[in-house]
Amino acid sequence: KGHTQLRLSQMKLAVNFLTIGLVILSLPCGSYTEIPPKPPGSVTVLPPVKPAGGPQAFPDAENSNLPVFTMDYARIQVPFEVTLWVLLASFAKIGFHVYHKITFWVPESCLLISIGLIVGAIMHSVHEEPPAVLSYNVFFLFMLPPIVLESGYFMPTRPFFENVGTVLWFAVVGTLWNSIGIGMSLYAVCQIEAFEVQDINLQENMLFAAIISAVDPVAVLSVFEDVSVNEQLYIVVFGECLFNDAVTVVLYNMFIFVADMPVVEPVDVFLGVARFFVVGLGGMGFGVIFGFVASFTTRFTSNVREIEPLFIFMYSYLAYLVAELFSISSIMAIVTCALTMKYYVEENVSQRSCTTIRHVVKMLGTISETLIFFFLGVVTITTEHEWNWGYIMFTLLLALVWRGLGVLVLTQIINPFRTIPFNFKDQFILGYGGLRGAISFALVFTLPDSIGRKKLFLTTTICMIMFTVFIQGISIRPLIEFINVRRTNRNLETINVEIHSRLIEHTIAGVEDLCGQWSHYYWKDKFLKFNNRILRKILIRDNRAESSIVALYKKLELQNAMEILDTVSGDINAGSSIVSLQYVYPLSPSSSCSLSLSLYFALSLILLLSLSLACSPSLSLSLVLSLTLSCSLFCSLFCSLSLSLSLSLSVFVH
Amino acid sequence: MGSTNSTLSKIPNVEELMQETGFTPAHIVRLYDRFEALDKEKTGHLRPQDFGAINRLAMNPIGDRIIGAFFSPGQETVDFHSFVRILAHFRPADKKHPKDPSMPEPVNSRTSKLKFAFQLYDQDKDGKISRAELLQVLRSMLEMQVTEEQLESIADRTIQEADLDKDDAISFEEFRKSLEKVNIDHKMSIRFLR
Repeated sequence: KGHTQLRLSQMKLAVNFLTIGLVILSLPCGSYTEIPPKPPGSVTVLPPVKPAGGPQAFPDAENSNLPVFTMDYARIQVPFEVTLWVLLASFAKIGFHVYHKITFWVPESCLLISIGLIVGAIMHSVHEEPPAVLSYNVFFLFMLPPIVLESGYFMPTRPFFENVGTVLWFAVVGTLWNSIGIGMSLYAVCQIEAFEVQDINLQENMLFAAIISAVDPVAVLSVFEDVSVNEQLYIVVFGECLFNDAVTVVLYNMFIFVADMPVVEPVDVFLGVARFFVVGLGGMGFGVIFGFVASFTTRFTSNVREIEPLFIFMYSYLAYLVAELFSISSIMAIVTCALTMKYYVEENVSQRSCTTIRHVVKMLGTISETLIFFFLGVVTITTEHEWNWGYIMFTLLLALVWRGLGVLVLTQIINPFRTIPFNFKDQFILGYGGLRGAISFALVFTLPDSIGRKKLFLTTTICMIMFTVFIQGISIRPLIEFINVRRTNRNLETINVEIHSRLIEHTIAGVEDLCGQWSHYYWKDKFLKFNNRILRKILIRDNRAESSIVALYKKLELQNAMEILDTVSGDINAGSSIVSLQYVYPLSPSSSCSLSLSLYFALSLILLLSLSLACSPSLSLSLVLSLTLSCSLFCSLFCSLSLSLSLSLSVFVH
Repeated sequence: MGSTNSTLSKIPNVEELMQETGFTPAHIVRLYDRFEALDKEKTGHLRPQDFGAINRLAMNPIGDRIIGAFFSPGQETVDFHSFVRILAHFRPADKKHPKDPSMPEPVNSRTSKLKFAFQLYDQDKDGKISRAELLQVLRSMLEMQVTEEQLESIADRTIQEADLDKDDAISFEEFRKSLEKVNIDHKMSIRFLR
């Protein structure tokens, strides 16, 4: 304990010196704040000047001396601002976890949106434009792929393949049902004169319905990840939100095309269906091809271990981009690529690369998710809105109603085909967990301006997202506890369970052969044989077929060895760097540790503050940043102080 | 419907069978057709050789144990009633019927399913899975993938994890406890037998 205390105080001392040094260095930059705030985006070149005098426009080549200290903000502006925004969002995230009870009841997405709203309000009041993060290209090319890659990579494959029929059923038919239903009813609502929205025709309504009926993976995952519902329910919700992209893409493109045309012919409907198959199957096909190519590549990377993780990221991103090139479902492409790749790649790459890949995938996914929610909050305030009570309220109501009806009807049809049918509680959570999120917003944002009521659509979408994320997201956890949905226990990894499960699987396969009837076990068995005979030989370097029992046994033995190491040497840090992500070492709750942690935050925030004040030509941006940073600083200080107070009080009581 | 009734009339005590196992008439008929298809010599009984003729079952790592489960100890043939009774273990559980303590445990309850699985291990029927029995099952499931030492380590670890009364064997209660978090109804049900 004394050892860690010493190290912490050394750290503090180092940071102190660093801060003082940087503050001193940034003092001369103070003279540059005379430059009037320029509109962001314009490029300026600051001429090199002597630090003592004022800025000179055209220095005389022969008379000027060598500049000792120069500054060029415009050159680094874009990366600098990107980094500052990412850091700001991440600091907000750290701040939430200082007091862990908050994140237990309120999902992080809500907290991030709230902070985004505050920042947006500050930016709006100083008339500063937020960076265009939720524009079409930036969102769909940079922000969305990491999240989808993360969800695809960590998707539990066995339950997924057991439920693939249900997943696709809900994704495809469910989304169609929702969009057509909402579109038609909204059109009917539009006919009511009192709401003054009669100029929205059927095609525009259907387009809008297609956009907001899609369940969003980002929002759903952030809420469902902490709530442990039973595996069947989880995988269906999870799978549905990823695979409904195909339908959304087709419907969106179709209705945009149709909105310009005066007449819809039956041929177009038929073409729409054909396009759906192209989009869906094409997306999956591309994903599988890239997955296999990536696995094949990793077979030969035994001498270049350091760049092994690169192949994973590059190939999955390539799958995404190629799918975008052909306007087919890129989300499905990247998800199937990750699914296919994971199994073979993890056998080929080294242990370290495996850990790196997992960790980086998770990190990128979390950063993207954080930024998306954050900017959702910011952009809410800074865009122009058009409010219409009737349209918005009816949209919210209809979305809920149609989703509920859809889940009921679809479950009734598919339940006979399932081994475990969904009971009403499961159906309720399935319907209630259909959150909308940023994808809908990005799609609405980029609607062509030929659509007259674009601002109304924007406002409605934002209301929809806020409603689902806040109200449904916050209430879903207590509801799950209240109605007592079947839960899952994720820690099922004992060797007993694995062996007995395997025995049971063999038994079922045998009895099915006996009865002469096949179910998915037959296909699974066939695929496993094909896998072992052909695929593994091609794609894996050392083909030693390893049973899952043996793999689990090795993993458990390794865990035990780690635990022994930990208790003997007492050094926690060595263990956490080697052991995989499944371990979460909780922060030691000692009061002195939390106090020094918050002091560390404070110092790093002051560092950022000084940097931003010094270097940003627009005072308002730095004002914004410093205000929010100080808010989160105070929050974290307050929380840690209260935590340490309560802890010391409890110590006294004991 | 006519053919169903005629097939049903061929089977003796069919009402009692349906009552006991919970199968619908349609299922009984389907199983009867299957039984007749397997019974190539039309004797009305099945012998181990008839089961062995099913190719995929013969390739199953624990195929012989599954076949053995159909035959009661000492018997050499299986008649239709026993055939159906064993298969009834694999029906998904009926949630609708309330638990009546006076009635015997239904054949497809969780406990019955677990007992069936336990029997596959416990070939000498002494009520415990000994280390040797566990090793046999592991060997047949893992075939040529592991060395003998690894097999023994895995078996040791398995017994160590589950064995609570330290008798170096897994009793039925210990077996049940180790699987308490697993949804046996899902894993050990065949959908089309509902």
